[in-house]
Amino acid sequence: MIEEETKKATYTIPVGPIHPALKEPIRLVLSIDGEEIVDTDIFAGQVHRGIEWLGMNRNNPIQSIYLAERICGICNICHPFSFVMAVEQAAGITPPPRADYIRTIIAEMERLHSHLLWAGVAAHEIGFDTIFYLAWQVREEVMDLIELVTGNRVTKAMFQIGGVRRDITEEQLPRIRQSLDYYKGLYDKLGRVFLEDKTIRMRTVNVGILKKEDALKLLTVGPSGRASGVPKDVRQDQPYAAYPDLDIKAMTPDMLTGTVVGDVYDRIIVRLLEVKQSIEIIEQCLEKMPPGPILAQPKTAVLLKTLTQAEGEGVGRAEAPRGEVIHYVRMEAGQSTLATWKVRAPTYVNLMSVPIILKGMQIADVPITFASLDPCMSCTNRVVVTDRAVGRRFVMDYEELHRLSVEKTKELQQ
Amino acid sequence: MERLTPQAIIDSFGKKLGNGFVGGSVYEREVAVKKNKFRIIWVEVKKSAFREAVEHICHLQEYPHLAIISSSDLGAEVELIYHFTIYYGYHLEELSLGLRVKLPKSDLKIPTITDLIPGALFTERETQEMMGVEVVGIPDKRRLFLPEDFPEGAYPWRKDEKGPPNDMLRVLPGREQQ
Repeated sequence: MIEEETKKATYTIPVGPIHPALKEPIRLVLSIDGEEIVDTDIFAGQVHRGIEWLGMNRNNPIQSIYLAERICGICNICHPFSFVMAVEQAAGITPPPRADYIRTIIAEMERLHSHLLWAGVAAHEIGFDTIFYLAWQVREEVMDLIELVTGNRVTKAMFQIGGVRRDITEEQLPRIRQSLDYYKGLYDKLGRVFLEDKTIRMRTVNVGILKKEDALKLLTVGPSGRASGVPKDVRQDQPYAAYPDLDIKAMTPDMLTGTVVGDVYDRIIVRLLEVKQSIEIIEQCLEKMPPGPILAQPKTAVLLKTLTQAEGEGVGRAEAPRGEVIHYVRMEAGQSTLATWKVRAPTYVNLMSVPIILKGMQIADVPITFASLDPCMSCTNRVVVTDRAVGRRFVMDYEELHRLSVEKTKELQQ
Repeated sequence: MERLTPQAIIDSFGKKLGNGFVGGSVYEREVAVKKNKFRIIWVEVKKSAFREAVEHICHLQEYPHLAIISSSDLGAEVELIYHFTIYYGYHLEELSLGLRVKLPKSDLKIPTITDLIPGALFTERETQEMMGVEVVGIPDKRRLFLPEDFPEGAYPWRKDEKGPPNDMLRVLPGREQQ
C-alpha cells in the first residue's frame, strides 16, 4: 500500500549486515521517501553459529554452559544463568541459597556495565563523544569489580549446574562496597549529563516512539518495553535466584517524569533508573547473603553422571540487560547431550519493533534510534545504498552515516 | 481481570477444549531463602484444538507474552511448545505456560497465530525453516536465519534423514564423525 503510493520517490537503503550502530551483523533495508523512512525490512542470520545444534549433537550439558556464555559477549551472565536454571529444573537439582545470591550479584554487575556501555554508544551515535569517553571511563570501575569477583573481565565462567564456581569472600566486601559508593556518588552527575543536556534532549525526545500497545503486540521486552510503559521485568514478575527475596519493581519512565512517551529519551531514563536499582540490589544481596556451600554437587564427574541419567525438561528465564532471556532444555536418560535446546535472546523479539520505531524518522536518526533498543548485534563499516529509480548502486560507509548524524546534531545546536 | 490459580487454569482449558485437551500439570520449586515458588504450567492439546487453546490464552490475559516456540524431534512426531507468560507486570505473579502440541511427521502443519499475536512472526518463521513445520497462513514465508543457499528440504533441528546432510558437517580435528 505504502509502496504503491510512494513508488516513484522511494529509494531503498540497506544498512548492514555490518554496521557499528548494530553491534552484531544484521541487515536493515530501509525504504525512504526523500529523507523520511517509510518502511524497514530485517534480514538476520549473519552470525547464526548453530550453537543450539552443538548443544544437541556434540557437547555435554556442562560443556554447553561455556558455549552458552559465548552466545553473547556482553550478556555472558544471563545466558549461562538461564541455561543452568533450565538444566537444574530438568535434572531436579536445587542450588544452595548462597549460590542464588552470588548469581544475582554478578547478574547485576553485568547490567551495570552493559547499561554504561550502552550510554557511551548512544552518546557516540549522536556525535557527543565527550560523554562517550566519560561513560566508558566510569564503566571501568565495574569491569575491575567483575574481574575481582569472577577472575575475568569478559567471559566470567562463574556458572555451574547446581551453583556457582567462585565464592564472594569476606575480604572482597570492602572493595565491592567502595565501587558501589563510587557509582552512588556519580549517579546524580550522570543523570544531569544524560537527562538535562540540551543537545541530548533535542536528538532523543519524541524520536523513535514505540507505543505501549505496539510493544505489547510485538512482545517487546526489557528496557525498550518498559520505556513504552510495559511494567514487565522477569526479576519482578517471576521468582528466580535471590530476586524474590528482595522487593524489585520494574522501572518505567513515568517514575521520573510522570508520563510515558516511549521515545529514545524514555529509554535513557529507564536505563539510568536501572543503574541505580542494580547498585541497590547488589547492596541488599551483600547484606542478606546467607552462609553455606556454593555448589549442590562439587564433584564434576558425579554431576555429569547425574545429568546423563536425567530425564525431563526445564525452562530458565532471566532478565538480561536487554530484556528477558529464555532457555528451554529437554533431557533424555542415557543421552550425554541435550535432546532439545532452544535459546531466545531479548533482541530476537525487540527487532520486530524496528520497522515501527524507524517509521517517519530521518536517515540521520537511524543510528541513535536503532541503538536505543540496545540491539545485541555486531557491526562492520559499510552501508550499501541502492538508488532503484536510476539503477545506481553505491556504498555509503559507516563514517558517512555517522557524519550525517553528527551534522544533524550540529544543525540543531545552531 | 480475575486471576486464576495454576490448577484452575488447567481446568479451564479442559472445560473450554473438551476432547481437544490432552492433559496438564503444574511444576513448582522453591527459590532462595524466602522459599517463594517458581511455577510453570504445562498444557498439552490436540492439534485440532490448538487455535482454540491460543484464543483461550488471549482470553486469560490481554496480550499474552509469547517468548518462543521450541520444537523437538521425537521420532515419529514433532513436538512444539509455545512458551507463554501470563499475569506479568505484578510482583511475583507471572506464570509461565507451556502449550504443547504434537504433530505427526506425515502432516507437519500448524496454523499461524500471528493474527492473534503479531510478534509470533519471527519464531514461526524460525520453526518453519529449522524444523520443517509448515505454518499455514503465515504472512511472511521467507527464511529468518538460514542463508539463501542452504539446501531446500534440509532442516537443522531434525534428527531423521531430513537433518543437515553429513557433507555439510565439518568434523573438528581429533574428533570422529558420528
